[in-house]
Amino acid sequence: MVFDTGQPIYRQIMDDYQKQLVRGELQPGDKIPSQREYAQTHQVNPNTVQRAYREMEAMHMVETIRGQGTFVRVGGAELQRIRMDMAVKVLEYFIGEMRSLGFNREDILQMTARALGQKEAEADDRV
Amino acid sequence: MIEFKEVSKCFGQVTALDGVNMSLAEGKIFGLFGPNGAGKSTTLKLAMGLNRPDRGVILVDGKSPLDNKQNMAYLPEVDHLYSWMNLRQAADFMRSFYSDWDDEKYRQLLAFLHLEEEMKLSRISKGQRAKCKLLLVASRQAPYLFLDEPLSGIDVLTRDEIIQALIRDFRPGEQTIIISTHEIREVENLVDEVVFLDNGRVRLRGDAEELRTERGMSLLDIMKEVFRNAN
Repeated sequence: MVFDTGQPIYRQIMDDYQKQLVRGELQPGDKIPSQREYAQTHQVNPNTVQRAYREMEAMHMVETIRGQGTFVRVGGAELQRIRMDMAVKVLEYFIGEMRSLGFNREDILQMTARALGQKEAEADDRV
Repeated sequence: MIEFKEVSKCFGQVTALDGVNMSLAEGKIFGLFGPNGAGKSTTLKLAMGLNRPDRGVILVDGKSPLDNKQNMAYLPEVDHLYSWMNLRQAADFMRSFYSDWDDEKYRQLLAFLHLEEEMKLSRISKGQRAKCKLLLVASRQAPYLFLDEPLSGIDVLTRDEIIQALIRDFRPGEQTIIISTHEIREVENLVDEVVFLDNGRVRLRGDAEELRTERGMSLLDIMKEVFRNAN
């Protein structure tokens, strides 16, 4: 994974795990790399990785068992909540950017509907 | 902990450090950033006790740097290795000097960095010399590790190897590493805290993640902005 150096790295580590969970690439019970392994593979400061893992533990996303490793704990309703949180963040960002370009509510709704229509048409063409 | 209190240092007419105050807590990786001539090397040499300040006080764990030499390992920017030696002889030299030399660590790092003991220091590339310098300094167990421009003028692949070796070796909470460099981009993900030096003064210091959160910028861009406003 390539980090955006303009954003806090520990947040990006957490976001990446959240995405993997939402997509189902990680399942409850799966073991994730140890902090040390993660730091080495991704060339990140071990203290930064520790911060991300601690926050994920505090959110009950993962659990670290002494001598065994760190395991995914989240699933079901909790996972849906994470998914909704992520969607809200994406939407807030999108709306903020559109507003800063001077588009109002009606513009945003129309343009979104049109863009979605185009995407669907493209998908149909490919079939 | 390393403390600088109102530290100034001049070389002739040139002011290298001008009233520097900072305290660096143990257990973290610090980036000492700034352009050439900012005072980075002077800061490291003063912390090592290789130079004495004209004014102010420097304390390492509450003691004078000279009373703490055995706790500090230093990689100078200049090439300090005897070129007639091969790597084994250079390692023997270090082993005889420092009681905290760790042979197992040396063996592991030697393999990790793809170095060989028979390599003659005068006949190897610049990148390999840089790796040898790191190997010899990082094979000690010193709680303080000072690296002066460890990446400068070295190809990208070798830089990656050096950064990987540092991360592999770093003991969070116990070891304190200070890396001076003007190549910030290479170490963005490596440092816990940063000190931006310019013209012998600390322009900004802080936690790398907090700075990124507050400003939404990379450390390199933050430095550019800080220096623009200072000058």
